[in-house]
Amino acid sequence: MEFFLVLFVNGLTLGSVYALIALGYSMVYGILKLLNFAHGDIYMMGAFAGYGVLITFGGPKAPTIPVVLLVIFMFVVAMVFAGVLGVAIERFAYRPLRRAPRIAPLISAIGVSFFLESVALLLFGAQFRSYNTPSMIDVRTGIQIGPVHVSLVRIIVIVSAVVLMVALQLLVNRTRLGRAMRATSFDMEAAAMMGVDVDRVVVATFLIGSALAGAAGVMMGLVYNRVFHFMGFVAGLKGFTAAVIGGIGSIPGAMLGGLLIGMAESFTAGYISSTFQNLIVFGLLIIFLLVRPVGFFGRSEIVKV
Amino acid sequence: MPGIGRDEWVDSVEARRDEDSGGLGLFRRRIGGSGRRWVPLVVGAVAVAYPLLLRSEFLVRVGVNVLLLMLLALGLNIVVGWTGLLDLGYVAYYGMGAYGYAFLASDQFGIHLPTLAVIGIVVIAMGVIGYLLGLPTRRLSGDYLAILTLFFLQVFVELTLNLDRLRLPFIDRTLSITGGPNGIAGVDPMSILGLHFQRVSDYYYLLLGLIIVMISGLVRLEHSRTGRAWMAIREDPLAAEHMTVPVARMKVMAYAIGAAVAGLTGTVFAAVQTGVFPQNFTVTLLIVVYAALILGGSGSIAGAVFGAVVIGAIPEILRIPGGGRVLFYGALLAGGLIWLRPRRRLVVVGVGTLALGLGVRLMTATWWPEVIAGPQDGSGIGRLFGRWLVQLAPTKLWVANLAFVLLVILVLTAVIAIEPWRTALLIPVVYLAVFVWENRLVTEPSITRQLIFGVLLVVMMAIRPQGLLGKPRVEIV
Repeated sequence: MEFFLVLFVNGLTLGSVYALIALGYSMVYGILKLLNFAHGDIYMMGAFAGYGVLITFGGPKAPTIPVVLLVIFMFVVAMVFAGVLGVAIERFAYRPLRRAPRIAPLISAIGVSFFLESVALLLFGAQFRSYNTPSMIDVRTGIQIGPVHVSLVRIIVIVSAVVLMVALQLLVNRTRLGRAMRATSFDMEAAAMMGVDVDRVVVATFLIGSALAGAAGVMMGLVYNRVFHFMGFVAGLKGFTAAVIGGIGSIPGAMLGGLLIGMAESFTAGYISSTFQNLIVFGLLIIFLLVRPVGFFGRSEIVKV
Repeated sequence: MPGIGRDEWVDSVEARRDEDSGGLGLFRRRIGGSGRRWVPLVVGAVAVAYPLLLRSEFLVRVGVNVLLLMLLALGLNIVVGWTGLLDLGYVAYYGMGAYGYAFLASDQFGIHLPTLAVIGIVVIAMGVIGYLLGLPTRRLSGDYLAILTLFFLQVFVELTLNLDRLRLPFIDRTLSITGGPNGIAGVDPMSILGLHFQRVSDYYYLLLGLIIVMISGLVRLEHSRTGRAWMAIREDPLAAEHMTVPVARMKVMAYAIGAAVAGLTGTVFAAVQTGVFPQNFTVTLLIVVYAALILGGSGSIAGAVFGAVVIGAIPEILRIPGGGRVLFYGALLAGGLIWLRPRRRLVVVGVGTLALGLGVRLMTATWWPEVIAGPQDGSGIGRLFGRWLVQLAPTKLWVANLAFVLLVILVLTAVIAIEPWRTALLIPVVYLAVFVWENRLVTEPSITRQLIFGVLLVVMMAIRPQGLLGKPRVEIV
C-alpha cells in the first residue's frame, strides 16, 4: 500500500508536468490544426532558462536571494522566455506557411526542433546540468500523508501546475481573449469575419502554450534534477500522447491525458519494469491511436469538400 | 495543334512552370529537365569514374555514405514526395534491415547465411513489416501519421538499446538479442555469386548498381498508373478516392515499397560498417535524409539524387580542416551575389562589415585585451584576417555563445525589417556570422552540421518548398 502511494504521488508529479506540456500541443492544434513538433524543445529551453536564473543568483548551494523568491523567479523567467520563443517560432517558421500544403509546416517544425536542440548543444554542451534541488530545498520538508512522505518540491510542482491549469481554464472560458480563441478554434475564417483578430489569437495561443511548457521545464528540473539538450524529445512525445489521449484540441482532455500518462509511467516503472517503461508507454499510445484517434473528449472531424 | 476543347494557356502550363527565373531556372532546366538524355549519362559516368580517379580510401568512403543516403532519399521520395505521407519512422526500417543482416550473417546467433539469401529475406520481411505498419495509416491523417511513425522509430530505438538483457521464462541466463548499446560487431562482409566484397570501392559499385536499377525502375514507375495514383493521393485523397483510386491500398503499398528500399539499404550499410549500433539509427539520421530530399526537391527523382550528394558531402567537407571555411565564405559570397541587388548594396554591406570588424577589433584591443587570443601565425591574407577579426582566447568562449544568440536575434529582425534597415542590419549580421563561425562553429563540426540542417528545413519551407529541382505545387487548403 505504501509503495502504491509513493508511485501515485510520483505519477501525479509526472502527470502534472506532462499535462502542462500537453496543453500547449492541444491549444496550438485546436487553433491552427498544426502539430508543433518544436514544443518539446521549447520546454527544454524553459528548463535551461530556469537553470540560468539559478546560476545567476549564486547557484543552488548558496543562493543570494531567499529560496522562495528564487523559485518564483525561475518560474517567471522561464515562462516569459519560453513564451517569447514560442511566439518567435510561430512568426518566422509557421506564419509564412499558413496557406502552404499541409506537409510544409510539419517539416518546418521538425527543422525548428532540430535547430533548437543544436543551439542548446552549442551553448550548454552535451553533459547533464543539475538544478541540485536537494541542497536548495531540504528533502525532509514536506508533509506526511499516512505512511508516505511527500516532499515540498513535489507539492510545489503539483500545486503550481493546478494553479496554472485553473488560470488557463478561467482565461479560456471567462475572458474576451478566451472567447476569441474558442471561436478561432471552431472556425478560423468565420471568426475572422466576425471581427476576431486571428493573428493576435494565434500569437496569444503560442505565448500561453509555450509559457506553460517553460513552467513544465522548470518543474522537471526541480524534481528530476536533470537538464540536457535532448530532454525535450521524449517529453514532447509523451506530452503529445497525453494531448491525443485526452482528445486533441480539448483543454480538460489534455489535463486528464497528462495525468493518465504520468500514472501509467510511474506504475509501469514500479510494478513491471523500468527498462521497458518508455516502451510500454509508447506501445499504449500506438494502440490508443489505432483504436480511437480522436481521444476521450475529441470529436471526429467531418471532412468538408 | 489547337483542337476542340483544348486551351493553349492550359497546354503550356508545363513550360510556364519551368520558367524559373535567373540562374536557378537555368540550373533546373539543365539538371532537372527530363528532356535532356545526356545529364543522367554524364552524372553516371562521373559516378563510375569517381573511385578510379581518386585513390583515396577516405573519399571513396564518403562516396559510399553519399550513395547510402541517396538510396534512402529515393525510397523516402516514394512515401513522402509522391504519396505525401509524412513518414518519420523511415529510419527504423533502415535499422531493421541492418539488424536483420547482422542477425543472419554474424556470430551473434552463429548464423552465416549467403548474402543473397539474407538480402532476399530482409527485403521481403521489410516489405511485410512496412505493409503491417502501413495498415494503420489507412485511417489516420497527416499529423497523426507523422507522430505514430515517430513512435515506431522510438520503439525501435528502445528495443535495440534494451534487448540485451532479456529474461525469458525457463531460461536461467539473460539473453542478448541486439547487443544493447554495444550493438553487434563482426558482421560478415557481403559475397555475391563468388564475388567477395572486401574493399570500400567494391561496396561503392554495388550501391551504384543498386541505385541505377532503382532509378530506372522509379522513372518508369513515376508516370505509370501506380505513380499517378500516388500523386493523386498526395494532392487530394478524397478526390482520388472518388476517382476510384484505391487510396488505402495504394498508401500501404507506398509504405511497403519504401520500407523494402530502406531495409535493402540497411543490409549494405551493415556490411560496409561490419557492425550495427543503435546510435546509427536515430532521429539525427532521419533529419539528414529529410534534408536531402527537401533540398533537392520532394517528389523529384533527380532532386533526391542531387540533394543526397549535397547533404552527404557537407559533413565531410566540414570535417576537413579548412574545408568548412571554404564552404562558409563561398556560401556567404554566393548569397551576397544572388540576393544583394542592386550591386551597391553588396558593396555597402562588404565595406560596412570590414569597417565594423576593424572598429570592434580596436575597441576590444583597447578596453578588453584579455579576450583576444595570442598572435596568430600565418601569412598574407590569413594574417590580415587574423588582425581584422577578434580571435577569442580559449577561456572566453562564452562571448562567442553570446554573439551567437545575438546573431540569431539579428537575423530574425532582418527578415522582418524593411529597407533600408535590412541592408543596415546585414552588416552586423555578416560580421557576427564570421565571428561566431571562426570562434565557435569551426571547432564543432557535428553541431554545425545539425544547425545547418535544421535551418535548411525551415528556410526551404518558407522560400522554396518544392526544393531546388522540384516542381511547385499548389494545394487547395
